[in-house]
Amino acid sequence: MLVRFFTDLRAGGVPVTLPEFLGLLEGLEARLASMSPEDFYYLARLALVKDERHFDRFDRIFAEHFAGAEKLFDQLVTELPEEWLKALSERLFSEEDKRRVEALGGWKNLLDTLRQRLTEQKDRHEGGSRWIGTGGTSPFGSAGFNPEGVRIGKAGSRQGRAVKVWEARDYRNLDGDVELGTRNIKMALRRLRRFAREGAPEELDLDGTISSTARNAGILDLKLQPERRNAIKLLLLLDVGGSMDPHVNICEELFSAARAEFKHLEYFYFHNFPYERLWKDNRRRFSAITDTWTLLRTFNSDYRVVFVGDASMSPYEIEQPGGSVEHWNDEAGRVWMQRITAHFPRLVWLNPEPEDRWKWTPSTAITRELVNQRMFPLTLEGLDRAMRELRHRNSYTPRNVS
Amino acid sequence: MAETRFTGTERYVATPDLMMAVNAAVTLARPLLIKGEPGTGKTQLAEEIARSLERPMFEWHIKSTSKAQQGLYEYDAVSRLRDSQLGEEKVRDIRNYIVKGRLWEAFESAVQPVLLIDEIDKADIEFPNDLLRELDRMEFYVHETRELIKARHRPIILITSNNEKELPDAFLRRCFFHYIRFPDADTMEKIVRVHYPGLKSELLAEALKSFFNVRDTPGLRKKPSTSELLDWIKLLLAEDIPPEALRDSDPKKAIPILYGALLKNEQDVHLFEQLVFLNRRAGR
Repeated sequence: MLVRFFTDLRAGGVPVTLPEFLGLLEGLEARLASMSPEDFYYLARLALVKDERHFDRFDRIFAEHFAGAEKLFDQLVTELPEEWLKALSERLFSEEDKRRVEALGGWKNLLDTLRQRLTEQKDRHEGGSRWIGTGGTSPFGSAGFNPEGVRIGKAGSRQGRAVKVWEARDYRNLDGDVELGTRNIKMALRRLRRFAREGAPEELDLDGTISSTARNAGILDLKLQPERRNAIKLLLLLDVGGSMDPHVNICEELFSAARAEFKHLEYFYFHNFPYERLWKDNRRRFSAITDTWTLLRTFNSDYRVVFVGDASMSPYEIEQPGGSVEHWNDEAGRVWMQRITAHFPRLVWLNPEPEDRWKWTPSTAITRELVNQRMFPLTLEGLDRAMRELRHRNSYTPRNVS
Repeated sequence: MAETRFTGTERYVATPDLMMAVNAAVTLARPLLIKGEPGTGKTQLAEEIARSLERPMFEWHIKSTSKAQQGLYEYDAVSRLRDSQLGEEKVRDIRNYIVKGRLWEAFESAVQPVLLIDEIDKADIEFPNDLLRELDRMEFYVHETRELIKARHRPIILITSNNEKELPDAFLRRCFFHYIRFPDADTMEKIVRVHYPGLKSELLAEALKSFFNVRDTPGLRKKPSTSELLDWIKLLLAEDIPPEALRDSDPKKAIPILYGALLKNEQDVHLFEQLVFLNRRAGR
């Protein structure tokens, strides 16, 4: 059973290795967690999960397994003598609690209702399009736990509390695959900073060493200073208008917050797909425009380019001259994109749409092919991959497209 | 040795999962890696473990320039060079120039010590990798004197991280990991009680209410944490603020008094002022 749990964890994307699993067994052997499922849960999480980003996945897989184990528990209950159960509830519940449990039809019933409600709520929630947007409020808070206002006493049932610990999924916001929102924007910022910094090895401060050695009456006194470099130049191209706006705002905030870390950071807007013109001020998008040729001439190839957009539109908007929804474009979007990718070898496209949906939109597939598969989801983990991609030198040899 | 199990102390409230983490790490002699929001008592935990289990404590604070070698020992070549220029006698024995690091000191302790490696993520990315063998085998080799230093007792090792860098997998695999969550209202009440036992319930309830209100304000750059709450309450007590004064300070209508202890940058204060302004206008 535990081995299956281990393999399921690995399959579910929690990076567990054998030594860690052995660590858990060692802990069980040392009787660290013997009595309660909660203890076992804490010990297992402690030994197997090494990053809070994986807590949520761990909780989900644990819940699956525990659900199976609970069926065993139910069998046990039916076989258990009634006196034993009574003695147990004597010990665990106060008089008031017991009356309340009775009123609800016995505590087994109570548990079932509870669990049923939990699943109901989960279904309803996941049935919606996305989790995000609730601002990270867990649907299983105390209000979510008892939607009809059935109040379970604080000493309610030990089992109930235990179920809650891992079914509450408190760590969802810490999962690296969740979309960027205000909650995890800080983490994203750290990723960017890490990307912008290129180590801080110490180097010999020659002037300092000479002067302090002289002051030291000729006796050698070495001075070191940390090396400083931030050489990254970044060009942000953002899709504005319509459904993209909230995502674009997040990206703008994100990169501006990290601005101090970059040598240069410039941003331009486009609508749906880049054509021959871009703009810097969204209110004057028809008057104050920047020619894409000018952009290509102004910023040389050592700029890294980050596109942010959902890339979902009609394929005509990419493939045909005049395909733009806003104006007449003489040359197709594809041509412009090829010019941009040829000029900037280091380029990524961040897509706020979930990665598994990309294949259903033809325009996304085309865009992905145009940027040479360098499209990443707008999640912490995707941002990581994108930044890694941008850090690579010569990851992509420019083609000559004029 | 008074205690063998850690159950929190009179100054430190430990949740069940934290107790499990500490006891498992002590029993199985694994390093315990602690992460969590700033101000949730990561560093303090080590002190409290040392106090409650009555063990000596060694602290090793990591900076961005820290090297793993500094925790073991350093060979002070520069002062040896200087001594040789001055013709000192002690220059002949290299032992005089080996400076012990915190890890070495912990290894030499007569009883099992607690070793805190604080903010390991501040150091270079290779730093944890350089400590693998030392943490695993609890021994290291001093090349200059050809000595093998072994730990007399395996120290209880606590490592804290603020998540500024990712730690290498090989390192993580050797540790237990615990993430200190931000305490919920009940735990928070216990924590404040522990620090200010004489506090009036009324004041505490109001203070906690406005504290959680502040924390729930969307868009704050630095959310106030436990240590900021404790500072704030200390201020409230020092200024002898009555609970009624807090009751009116619903953050939707006014900035909480003495907010300097809770909000740590001017953007956040600004955000608050704007919210208050908007709400006042809407209320009219």
